[in-house]
Amino acid sequence: MRVLSPMLKKIDEVTEVSQISQHAGPLGRNPDKNICESVGVVETNYFHFALPPNELTLENGEKLGPITVAYETYGELNDQRSNAILILHALSGDAHAAGFHEGDEKPGWWDDMIGPGKAFDTNKYFVICSNVLGGCKGSTGPSSVNPKTGKKYGLDFPIISISDIVNVQKGLIDSLKIDQLLSVAGGSMGGMQALEWLTAYPDKLKSAIVIATAVKHSPQQIAFHEVGRQAIMADPHWENGHYYGGLPPAKGLSVARMIGHITYMSEVSMAEKFGRRSGDEQPHKFSAGSEVEDYLSNRGNHFVKRFDANSYLYITRAIDSFDVSRGKNLYDVFKVVKAKVLVLAFKSDWLYPASQSLEIVRACKLAGIDTTYCEIDSTYGHDAFLLEVEEETHLVKYFLQRVSLDNGATGVHQALQYEI
Amino acid sequence: MKSDALPLEYRAILKWVRQGSSVLDLGCGDGKLLDFLVREKKIRAQGIEIDEQAIYQCVTKGLSVFHEDIDHGLSGYGDKTFDYVILNQSLQQVKKPDVVVKEALRVGREVIIGFPNFAHYQARFQIFFKGKTPVTPSLPYEWHDTPNLHFLSISDFIEYCHWRDIKIKRSIFIGKNRAVKLFPNLFGMTGIFLVSNGKSAA
Repeated sequence: MRVLSPMLKKIDEVTEVSQISQHAGPLGRNPDKNICESVGVVETNYFHFALPPNELTLENGEKLGPITVAYETYGELNDQRSNAILILHALSGDAHAAGFHEGDEKPGWWDDMIGPGKAFDTNKYFVICSNVLGGCKGSTGPSSVNPKTGKKYGLDFPIISISDIVNVQKGLIDSLKIDQLLSVAGGSMGGMQALEWLTAYPDKLKSAIVIATAVKHSPQQIAFHEVGRQAIMADPHWENGHYYGGLPPAKGLSVARMIGHITYMSEVSMAEKFGRRSGDEQPHKFSAGSEVEDYLSNRGNHFVKRFDANSYLYITRAIDSFDVSRGKNLYDVFKVVKAKVLVLAFKSDWLYPASQSLEIVRACKLAGIDTTYCEIDSTYGHDAFLLEVEEETHLVKYFLQRVSLDNGATGVHQALQYEI
Repeated sequence: MKSDALPLEYRAILKWVRQGSSVLDLGCGDGKLLDFLVREKKIRAQGIEIDEQAIYQCVTKGLSVFHEDIDHGLSGYGDKTFDYVILNQSLQQVKKPDVVVKEALRVGREVIIGFPNFAHYQARFQIFFKGKTPVTPSLPYEWHDTPNLHFLSISDFIEYCHWRDIKIKRSIFIGKNRAVKLFPNLFGMTGIFLVSNGKSAA
């Protein structure tokens, strides 16, 4: 018997991060979903730091500065500054996690989870989300202007790591005068950032929510990224990364994104979503007539309009070289962790299989970390972390509630009288 | 929550568990026992449970819980990680009870084991006179839908503890509504034992 009523499964909503809530109108949500309100109209803010001569020293020893961080906030920071939660986005995400930009039809990428009464309840928490270093949605990345040359960085942008991404987020959190975060939360690459936060800044967070991720990429995961990178670099328009004056390597980036989408879905979710194409029109001579071809093509074409190919190279490289254990025993690395941890995996996610989440859980056990783990039953594959809203909401909401109670308010668990 | 809503074995277990101790509940279900112990004894609680819906109920109660099966969930822990490991109504459902008990005794300083007594007189009666697999209040399932993989009696468990050099420190036997002192293997529906490594004095 299910405790939770089955989530409304709208397979049409599956797929692109920014398309998840495509059925929602500008002021409300999908009328079928009788859940909560939106945070409303929001704006992106920009924080500048690491100004020369105080550039940020990157993991590879190079210096980078000045750095701009695009970020959004939802909800109010309390007087104790103790209710802040940092949301960490995945490969193609951005700072716009919730609400609507003026005039937009579509809300932020995790709007289902962030808002009044939602999992990350903006009536209670101050929610922050920033675009990662190396990104192309307002934060400094390869498509930003290099102040030394006056031209866009291109491949002159230094190689960055997940650790660098987290250090930049730490700079933002410091600038907001938040001494300790109530939580950090993210899925996929966002989960890697959460793991990095746990170990790099153990005193700076009360909890972490680590979703559908791994302590390091397996050869299989790197392989899919490598094919995507090769597709970009093989595009004649790529021009060794210095394409900003001309045409972008759209075909290469589009193929990279198509490969990504294949890995984000499951066999079942694809079979449910795609049939044979109706009509005689064939995109090319060798088309097999499946809707999946059109779908991938659409996703790829859509992606190139909103994403920079060099950012794709830099960020996938950061993901692939991530290893939170740095070659050591993971449980030894986790011994510094003080936060409570919630680890979530999804049954049909073959890109980040539950076995990788269990590796995190095992290390948490040995390191004595207060941990909760759930493998959520889902057929959506890796996309599930953006789609299994009801299950995730339940787990995240009560987990955060407990962390908040431990954060100060005691006496809620009143001793009850039992007769023995 | 009213006290009379709680099973008798919870109260027995509550007596044995020290204030502020650490407890791992294997097969914690919806977390009712752990929640009770957190409230009453301020324990540091961790559950392991295989049922996804039960995980949601545990999280609602503010408990930390792992979505895993008991047969594999213990190997990740170091020796003596917990003051108590509890196997309440779950030992008979694991694939390899001998391995699980051994692992529980490694991971916990003490282990609390509660199980339905297969030799309760009602079960004996049904087998002897009806020639049927018993269905009793502590063994409520039909043969074809029972989650129980192993059927043991209180005497079986005591013999097992002697054989495995497991020290029985305390025990309580529960009948229909009360503790059973006389002929527990006949009148006890449930046996609960507090055990640790080392030979029993008896």
